[in-house]
This record gives sequence, structure tokens and C-alpha cells, in this order.
Amino acid sequence: MLGTRLFALFLLIVGAGIGWFSAGWWGVPAAGLPQMPYKLGLDLAGGTHLLYQADTTNLAGDVNEAMASLREVVERRVNLFGVSEPLVQVEKGGVSGQEQRLVVELPGVTNVSDAVAAIGATPVLEFRLEQSTGTTTSFAPTGLTGQYLENAQLQFAQSASGGLTNTPIIVLNFNPEGAEMFHDITSKNVGKPLAIFLDGALISNPVIQEAIPNGVATITGSFTPEEARELVRNLNFGALPVPIELVSSQTIGASLGDTAFAQSIMAGIWGFIFTAVFLIVWYRLPGLIAVVALLMYVAISLAVFKLIPVTLTVAGLAAFILSIGMAVDANILIFERTKEELESGKPLPEAIKEGFHRAWSSIRDSNFSSIITGVILYWLGGTAVIKGFALVFVLGVLISMFTATTVTRTFLTSLGLAHSKVANFLFGHGFGK
Amino acid sequence: MWIVKHRKVFYTLSIIITIVSIAALLVWGLKFGIDFKGGSLLEVEYANGAPAQADVIEVLEEAGIEGVSVRPTGESGYIIRTPFLSQDEYDQVKVVLAHGGQWPFEEKRFDSIGPVIGEELQTKSVWAIVAVLVAIALFIMFAFRKVSKPVSSWKYGLITLIALAHDVIFPLGAFAVLGHFARAEVDTLFVTAILVILGFSVHDSIVVFDRVRENLHKNQEKNLKEPFEEVVGRSVNQTLSRSINTSLTTVLALVALYIFGPEITRYFVLTLIIGIVAGTYSSIFIGSPLLVSAEKMQKPESAEKGKK
Repeated sequence: MLGTRLFALFLLIVGAGIGWFSAGWWGVPAAGLPQMPYKLGLDLAGGTHLLYQADTTNLAGDVNEAMASLREVVERRVNLFGVSEPLVQVEKGGVSGQEQRLVVELPGVTNVSDAVAAIGATPVLEFRLEQSTGTTTSFAPTGLTGQYLENAQLQFAQSASGGLTNTPIIVLNFNPEGAEMFHDITSKNVGKPLAIFLDGALISNPVIQEAIPNGVATITGSFTPEEARELVRNLNFGALPVPIELVSSQTIGASLGDTAFAQSIMAGIWGFIFTAVFLIVWYRLPGLIAVVALLMYVAISLAVFKLIPVTLTVAGLAAFILSIGMAVDANILIFERTKEELESGKPLPEAIKEGFHRAWSSIRDSNFSSIITGVILYWLGGTAVIKGFALVFVLGVLISMFTATTVTRTFLTSLGLAHSKVANFLFGHGFGK
Repeated sequence: MWIVKHRKVFYTLSIIITIVSIAALLVWGLKFGIDFKGGSLLEVEYANGAPAQADVIEVLEEAGIEGVSVRPTGESGYIIRTPFLSQDEYDQVKVVLAHGGQWPFEEKRFDSIGPVIGEELQTKSVWAIVAVLVAIALFIMFAFRKVSKPVSSWKYGLITLIALAHDVIFPLGAFAVLGHFARAEVDTLFVTAILVILGFSVHDSIVVFDRVRENLHKNQEKNLKEPFEEVVGRSVNQTLSRSINTSLTTVLALVALYIFGPEITRYFVLTLIIGIVAGTYSSIFIGSPLLVSAEKMQKPESAEKGKK
């Protein structure tokens, strides 16, 4: 008994501590604890979500490597845009999971046009070999792309007399890896044309005169000096190894996000109050203890959201509020069972014990089915919205299994109620005795 | 037990609602949102009061944007739905909406989903629904593998699936009606709600069936011969307040979310409320009585087996 009571006290203190940690807000850190803000999704904080599809059909090299390089280049672009905490990540998408996608999240940016334009200004540079089969000419990828570019420079061609002309030349310096590839390609294909594609268009198709070992290539297209200057600047920010296409975009204005956030919090508070009032009115003392356990559930869940960290979205918060209502399911199962055991004539302490014991298989089975649903949703959900919902939902089920059973049982047992009329009334339910 | 006894009344009630739901689905169909169809959705709020709806449509059509739908939202806002807009088209839409600076507006949200992603989400949603159904059926058969008398475990699974179909048809029917009258759209959140309802409904069925299992087991131990009908009736009775109370707390939380929560999740929450109420109803009034009906249907067969 003393052990249980000490454990109950321990749980209370730890619970209060976790609650303190969870309550630490953005500007208001929980005193004495490291400040950890919650991570809010774009639909709560406002911002832009862009989804790009990469076209890897013409890619000769390793797809993963190209995607990693793509990510880096786009990230550099996005940083240039001056966004705080942008997120750029590669995602395998499509029904089969084979499509290569790039997710770009820009918190605070609500002008999607500017963001798209900034990313879209990144050139796609490719070197291809001309292949003639009969009358048709095709271009085979060589694997050498903008990924291997060290930098680009603008120069002007020399005239026959030795002076500079107005014809711009773009000089490409490859990195060591790129230089090696370039050497390899040029030495094997002397006399053949090597086509240079920029953003999918053929801009120059010079014939390889000799092997080039130093990793320097020059493009002499028909650029105006202005175009050339812009191209060099864009190439220096990085050239894309594969072309990308914007397939989906979402922008949430800051005001809409703020409203949604405030409304979610309000709904959460009222959801908790509704549930708590019902529990106490219907289940009396055990109901009160279930409310304490529910408070701990909220505190632990919020702390877990901070620690993982879980990106909270509108759907995620809805899942959390839904889970407040569902978390008490285990408690209700237990209390109903306890009441039945009491009615069958068992003394109170034993009835409580039996209540927990016998309700367990139902709690386990039914929570298991919720977890199945949640995991499938997370896997096949497709959108960030659904993944956010599913993650919170599954976490909620797991955490509530602990709070509704262990925490409730510890508190109930530590009260050490003997079988008496008052105690039995407190354990009664409904509006009867 | 009155529920089991009057099961035909509840069957009839459910069949009527099911027929109405299916009729609503056939007549009006469902309106799919842009995450399934592909398309763009722009929500704007005009600072100085909204211009007339017809004017907004007119300027958009003049700009060559086809298939526009404009619905008022809030006090001075519109939700503008169009087919998938390219970046240039989107920029153009924003220019014409401001009408040369006469109608200054705030862009509250812009969602644009390409047809590729739309198709992909359709496929994924179908897969998710199938996966959940299969997993739940397998799980139930596994959970009840030891119960074979007098109703074999696969029948528990089958009945649960019938109850699940029942619970899904109600919100679908409601959405056909809401889609027609209030332009409610079926989107990925709706599918999520349906899957949660499936999980919740199976929750309820399991608790009742679990009690049936326990009572059967107890009877076996005590060597009691209680008619199956009564075992089921007693089990439903014992779990009745639990089933109702759990749904009640969940619905209470959802009602809070419906009243105070964000606009975006309102239909999602409504779907959940309808489905959870239907789920509780089906586990009490449909699932368990069906168990009795199943036993009655196989009676002649089991009697023959008894003779052997």
C-alpha cells in the first residue's frame, strides 16, 4: 500500500513536471526547463508548401545522388530567398513509390508566385551525345549534368585581330568528379558533337576537337550579353541535375493560420471540459480520477509533441481533440466492469482489481484496431495532412493506454478505500444511488 | 433482451436509411474536392466589402479562366475554384481579382493540385480503405479464432464487415445530401474520417463480441446450457452503457471541435460524428442481433451434426 501511494505521489509529481514543460509556450518558457517551442505546420503558422516532380527519365547516373544534389541546389535557392527555417526534402511519391519528388516548405512566405519564380530560375544543365540512327537524330544522356558544376564565368570571345568582341562565352568549370567525366566523354567521342542542353533546350552542339582533361567547357550560344550574365549568375547558384515540375502548391495566409490555431485551442479546452464534466457527473470518484489521468494524458502527449518533435497541423490538432474523447474509453470499460463486479457481490477493493483485470482484453483489442487504422493511414495517407492526423492519432492511442490503465489504477488503489456505503456510492454511477 | 428480440425492427430501420443513403448517392452523387480531381482553390477576403459574385465570375471569365466556381465565404470573402492553374494563370487570376486595385483583397489560402497528384491520391485512398478493411477483418477473425461454437469465427468477421459497411453508407449518404445542398466536398480528410469511423466501429463491435466470448466461455465452464440468443442479449445489455458512454465522450469532444474548431475541419468533424453515432447504433442494434440470426440460420445444419 505504501509502495502504491509513493508511486502515485511520484506519478503526480512527474505529471505536474511534464505539464509544466508542456505548458512552456513560444515566448514563455517553462521556468527552470529548456525552452522548446511546439512545431507548427504551415496550415497553422502560415506559409507555402510546394511539391515538385522530378523528371528522371533522361538521367544516366544514380537517381538518389541526383536527387540529393537537386535538394541542395533548391535549398541554396530558397535560402537566397531569405526564409527562416525552410524545409526542402526528397520524397518518394507516386502510387508505386517510384516517383521522385521534392517538397519545399516555406514558412511565412505567402507569395507563392515569388517563391516559385525563385526556384524556377534555377537552370537545368545537361550534356548529351548526339546519336544518329538512320535519318533520326537523338541525344543520349552522358550523366554529366549541372550537378558537377563548380562555377561558371562570363567571358567575351576574341576577335581575329586579338581584341574582345561583344559575343559572350560562358565558361563552365567542373568539379574534380565532373572534370574526370568530361575528360572521359571527350576522349571517347572525338569528332562527335557534344550537345549542351539548358532547361531542356539545345543551346549549343559543338564538335569535340580533342580530349579535354582540365574540366573546363565553354558554351558559345547566341546569347545577348544580358542573357549570358543572368545565366552565369543562375548557374553559380547551382544548376539542377534533372528538370522539375510544380505539381501541387498550397499557401495558407498567416491570418487564416492564426485563426485556425486559436479555434483549435478553444475546441480542445471545451472538448476537455465536456468530457471531464461527463466523467465526474456519471462516474463520480473514479470519474474524477479519470479526469486527473486525462490531464496527465494531455500533458504527456503535448510533451511528446515537443520532444519528437511532431509538426502540429489543423488535422493533427483535430486528432488530438478526438483522442481526448477516445482516451477515456479504457476508463469507461474499467469502471463499468468494476461496477458489475460490485453488483455481483464482490468487496470494493477486489471489484476494482477485477475491473482492471477483466477489461484489459477489450482495451487491448480495441486499441489495436485503432493502431492498425492509424498505421495504414500514415503509410498510405498520401498527403501531409493525413500523415499529421495519423501520427497524432497513433501516439494518442499509445499514451492513453498508459494513462487510462496504469495511472488510473495507481491513483484508485492508493486511495485505499474499504468496502463501505460511502465508498460504494462514490463508485456508483448514473443518477441512481 | 428487447434489442435482440425486436431485431427485425432495427434491421428494417437500418435498411430504410441505407436505401435512402444509396438513393441520395445515385441521384446526387458525391462532389469530389480538388485533392482528388486536381484543380485550384483560392480563398480571398476583400478588405472593403466583397464585389458582387457575378462581377467576380465575369472578370475571371473575361480573363479566359474556364470552369470557374465562386462561392461566398465569411462576411466579405469568396472561395474560387478553378481547374488546375499554371503559375502564369494564377498570377493573372490575382491581377484580375484586384480589378485594377479597385477591389483590394487578402489571399487567405491557395491550394493547387495537379491532375497527377489527384489521381495518385484517389488510388492511395482506395488502397488505404481496402487495407483497413482487410486488416480489420483479419484481426477480428484472429481475435475470435477460439470461438467456433455455435457460430464460427469467420462469421463474426463477416458480420463486423456488414456493420462496417452500414456505418460507412450513412456518412456517404449524408455527404451526397450535403454536397447537393451545401456543396460539401469529398476530400482526403473525408476518407480519413471514414477510416477512423471504421476503426471506431470495429472497436464497439469487438467489445460486445468479446463479452459474448467471455459469457460463452463461462457457460462452458459451468456447464450451463443457455440459448445463444440469451447469451448475446445478456452481453449486449452488459456492454450497453459502455458503448453509449464511450461514443458520448468522443462525440462530446467532436461537438466542441465542430462548434469552436476551425472552418477547414468542420465537415471532417461532422462526418466523424455521423459515423460514430451510426457505428454505436450498428454494434448494439445490428451486429449482435445478426450474430443471433446467423446462429438461427445454421440451426438445421448443427442439429444434423448433433445426430452423428
